[in-house]
Amino acid sequence: MQQPSYWRRTGTLVLIALCLLLAGCSSALMDPKGVIGETQRSLILSSFGLMLIVVIPVIVMTIVFGWYYRRSNTMAEYLPDWAHSNWIEAIVWLVPVVIVAILGMIAWKSSHDLDPHRALENEEVAELEIQAVALDWKWLFIYPEQGIATVNEVAFPVDTPVRFRVSSGSVMNSFFIPQLGSQIYAMAGMDNDVYLESNEIGTYSGRSTNYSGAGFSGMVFDAHVTSEADFEAWVAEVAQSPDTLTYPEGYSELAERSSFHPVEYFSDVTPEFYERLVSSFHTGSDPDTDTQDAPRAPAVDSNEAYQTTDNQADGEAEDGQAVSNEAGE
Amino acid sequence: MFGKLSLEAFPLHEPILVISAIVGIIGGAALLGALTYFRKWGWLWNEWFTSVDHKKLGIMYFIAALIMLLRGFADALMMRTQQAIAAGGSAGILPPDHYDQIFTAHGVIMIFFVAMPMVIGLMNLVVPLQIGARDVAFPFLNNLSFWLFAVSAVLINISLFVGEFATTGWLAYAPLSGIEYSPGVGVDYWIWALQISGVGTTLTGINFFVTILKMRTKGMTLFRMPIFTWTALCSNVIIIASFPILTATVAMLTLDRYLGMNFFTNDMGGNVMMYVNLIWAWGHPEVYILILPAFGVFSEVIATFARKRLFGYHTMVWATIAITVLSFIVWLHHFFTMGAGANVNAFFGIMTMIIAIPTGVKVFNWIFTIFRGRLELTSPVLWTLGFIITFTIGGMTGVMLALPAANFVLHNSLFVIAHFHNVIIGGVVFGMMAGLTYWFPKAFGFVLDEKWGKRAFWCWLIGFYVAFIPPYILSFYGAVRRMQSYPNAEWQPYMIIAFIGALIIAAGIACTLIQVVVSVRNRKAYEDVTGDPWDGRTLEWSTSSPAPFYNFAHLPVVGDIDSFWTQKQRSNEQAENTPYTDIHMPKNTTAGPIISVFALIFGFAMVWHIWWLAAFGAVGMLVSFLGRVFNDDIDYYVPAAEVERIERAHQQRVEAQA
Amino acid sequence: MATETLHHDAHADEHEHHHDAGATKVFGFWVYLMSDLVIFGSLFATYAVLMRGTAGGPTGADIFELPLILFGTFALLISSFTFGMGVLAMNANRVGQVKMWLVVTFLLGLCFLGMEVYEFHHLIHEGYGPDRSGFLSAFFTLVGTHGLHVTFGMIWILVMLVQLSTKGLNDKTRPRILCLSLFWHFLDIVWICVFSFVYLMGVL
Repeated sequence: MQQPSYWRRTGTLVLIALCLLLAGCSSALMDPKGVIGETQRSLILSSFGLMLIVVIPVIVMTIVFGWYYRRSNTMAEYLPDWAHSNWIEAIVWLVPVVIVAILGMIAWKSSHDLDPHRALENEEVAELEIQAVALDWKWLFIYPEQGIATVNEVAFPVDTPVRFRVSSGSVMNSFFIPQLGSQIYAMAGMDNDVYLESNEIGTYSGRSTNYSGAGFSGMVFDAHVTSEADFEAWVAEVAQSPDTLTYPEGYSELAERSSFHPVEYFSDVTPEFYERLVSSFHTGSDPDTDTQDAPRAPAVDSNEAYQTTDNQADGEAEDGQAVSNEAGE
Repeated sequence: MFGKLSLEAFPLHEPILVISAIVGIIGGAALLGALTYFRKWGWLWNEWFTSVDHKKLGIMYFIAALIMLLRGFADALMMRTQQAIAAGGSAGILPPDHYDQIFTAHGVIMIFFVAMPMVIGLMNLVVPLQIGARDVAFPFLNNLSFWLFAVSAVLINISLFVGEFATTGWLAYAPLSGIEYSPGVGVDYWIWALQISGVGTTLTGINFFVTILKMRTKGMTLFRMPIFTWTALCSNVIIIASFPILTATVAMLTLDRYLGMNFFTNDMGGNVMMYVNLIWAWGHPEVYILILPAFGVFSEVIATFARKRLFGYHTMVWATIAITVLSFIVWLHHFFTMGAGANVNAFFGIMTMIIAIPTGVKVFNWIFTIFRGRLELTSPVLWTLGFIITFTIGGMTGVMLALPAANFVLHNSLFVIAHFHNVIIGGVVFGMMAGLTYWFPKAFGFVLDEKWGKRAFWCWLIGFYVAFIPPYILSFYGAVRRMQSYPNAEWQPYMIIAFIGALIIAAGIACTLIQVVVSVRNRKAYEDVTGDPWDGRTLEWSTSSPAPFYNFAHLPVVGDIDSFWTQKQRSNEQAENTPYTDIHMPKNTTAGPIISVFALIFGFAMVWHIWWLAAFGAVGMLVSFLGRVFNDDIDYYVPAAEVERIERAHQQRVEAQA
Repeated sequence: MATETLHHDAHADEHEHHHDAGATKVFGFWVYLMSDLVIFGSLFATYAVLMRGTAGGPTGADIFELPLILFGTFALLISSFTFGMGVLAMNANRVGQVKMWLVVTFLLGLCFLGMEVYEFHHLIHEGYGPDRSGFLSAFFTLVGTHGLHVTFGMIWILVMLVQLSTKGLNDKTRPRILCLSLFWHFLDIVWICVFSFVYLMGVL
């Protein structure tokens, strides 16, 4: 009586385990929705397959040798001083060398093909730029061409190359939409970028992958991939919003810590918002010129230097005010 | 007066902590009471705490590591519990602040206070015996290293009950660990625990490097050294070259936090990416510090229990050296997603894959050692076979992560978590368990219980796969590391399976503890008086078990690899008539524990900004060190008659058993 | 093994004195210096990265006063020479001379340290403290770490002066003088790198 129920239970367990394993096949990375993600899927699968050439023999040999040459099996050959064989040495070096050489070539090529900074070729559609800023703990998306901004929701048309410029207003984060492919770090004062494209309409979840503090788990957002018309409708909807985003006042309000922040729409954004935020972490250097070429600061009293910075900040504040007033009208 | 320290620092509102504090205080009081009642304080102080005997220090490292393993594993269980519950909007049982401390503490404790002391403890126990030396090159420093490690372990446990621990992740990435984003004392605990134990580790590295190069017995050329000694040598080279980077990096973070400097700040000319580069320039070599000695253990175990010479000794050595060198030029693979150019990423990706070549060769050499051998399936061998299979899988996922383009979707995901547990549990933990079982009789004179050892192995092996295959799968759904909660309810079944896996591993740890208790109880039955319970191949088995404090009455002379094995094969002559000579030995030292206690006071005072106490600790360290410097009474001679008495007694025991 | 042990019994004595033997100590100290060099290497690398991170504050050219630094540099270079004389005197077993050269070295070290303290004090007074910019953090830390080493070297010289007076030259003090001389020359070499890499290149 015991036996059948035992087997049934084991069988059920194995079945559940298999289902869970197979479920992996429909996962985000194995079911990509864009060209980048697709290439990455085939890269993962082909490197996996290539390495199984070594891994499977190793596992089999370990088990077979371990069993066959066990102490009690006196039938097996026993050569206590046999410790060298040119043939075996040659093979055990050669096989990993060949596989790593192939993988190395794949690594070199794929690193260049899938370089996050590389623009995607698409002759039909113009590229869309979206600026993504990591804040504690939410994502701010700015559409410079459309002049709108959103929080924790991003939308873009299908089959359109999107250039995400990624930066941070706080600590380091990483911008990632698993089903579309590559992630990239978001770092304060740095203007990073990643090119992505989706070939299928749908809603895909995105998040920060790099731990950034207490609210990190809530740093999630939805990416809506829509038709061209739906995208325009979405832009129009955002543009209807009564809220606007100014720099620096509106920004500092938004930058206050919050997790699982609700979706927000801003119908207007201070021009150059992103650039000004990035350069706000470059105290002392003019944002328009490269640091290298920047004129050397005269040997001034440091208190004075701080004063200058304060003035700059004030000036920016006034600018921000002006813009928001304009928007209001 | 007390800096930032106030009553609020004591977490009286956290029931978990209050209970564990009460349990800790009662347990500690019971232990202290027992020591006082049985009048063991003098024995503990004279025989253990002040001992410069490398074997006793090795044992103390292991005991401390096992205690810290329980702490680190309790953290792991809490993390698994939290993630098994906190799905689909549920907050789980641990608020983010608490959860973040737990995963930070888990990483820090497991690497610095479990894996490192196990590896260093094993080197202490084995290396001098394997090279036929009476002690290490600098016995006092060895004692000091241990105590510096021990007090930092104490410091990190103080953070549990006084204040808080870091909530930054185990490597405390700036600027999150900067004063602006982490104003509490958590990061300061992290800083001072790492700095104090880091100094100890660097001293250990220097000590063993010099020991292996300068203290080998006659005839033991470099290419006759046992493989474990070789891996220890390479591991110490990496310590010497990499730990100073950690010291410098953490010091700069300290200056940022304490003096408002701008090394790793977002603005004012600081550079956050530099922190990530520096910490990994230490961090990647660190994993090889841990894994190389484990490779050494497996090499010894497999050759001994297959009763066969290690296949491809020279290949093994050169592979170890290659890994040592390569370990320094792969650090960037920890942050391909930072946005470096394709050429840079490809270079570091390929360098990383190249490490797979010598590692793969080693794996094949172990397999071909079994080939044409007579393998005894003891628990150390089971750990080794489990290691070969598990580590190979971990190596494979490691190479996948090393492909920059694939890394762009796998980075920071649970794939990374599963991968490094795959190699650290499958490699370092299995290696240390194998080493513990293998050399236990050398340390204590009786072998460990095999039945419970095998149970521990099976629990660990099965538990590992049950716990870490789910994260591999979840990573493909976009699950990332360090999530306190997740909105995706469909991930929960996997997290529950992983939790069950953690419970199975817990059973494995319990088996090890039971194994020790059972073995101590049956120590008469498990006694090994020959000193060579496994029919060993290397010098440590040529002396009695436990080895006398001077290790060898006559220093052995070596003529071959596996010299003890060849000697045994050749003849059964006894060295009975060799006259004994006086043996020069170092005296015990009180300086090590005293300096370290001052270091603890200094560290604690710095955490809480109690400057007068910090000055007291610093001056105390300096003065007690000077006290050591002015003490000339640091060594003595063991008279030949005493050596003869000890050796005779040993021989009588052997004869009595025969 | 047994027979071989018999044969080589004479050599066994050599092994008896292994731990803390002078040569091992000096070798160990070399290894320590190499690990210390890695600390300086990390700080140099950091300085190279942060050199341009002036955050609107002064650059090296604005604040370095070469004549003063040159004075300190020469003091340190000469102190290396005087320490060398001290070691020569030790080899000739002249305790008095060793002590004399150590005192001279100590005084030269004091000159160097005085220069550095003056420079730091002056900079901080001007408002260019280490918290002003990443560049100044890296500068103060690199130069300050070297200065801290010199300070410890000087404490060590004092300790050796006391030990030479109470114990004279023996198996314990000789390796210590040798290690200290290695330490002192090492600091000299590091300083030459600091001088050329930080000060000269900063002014150019």
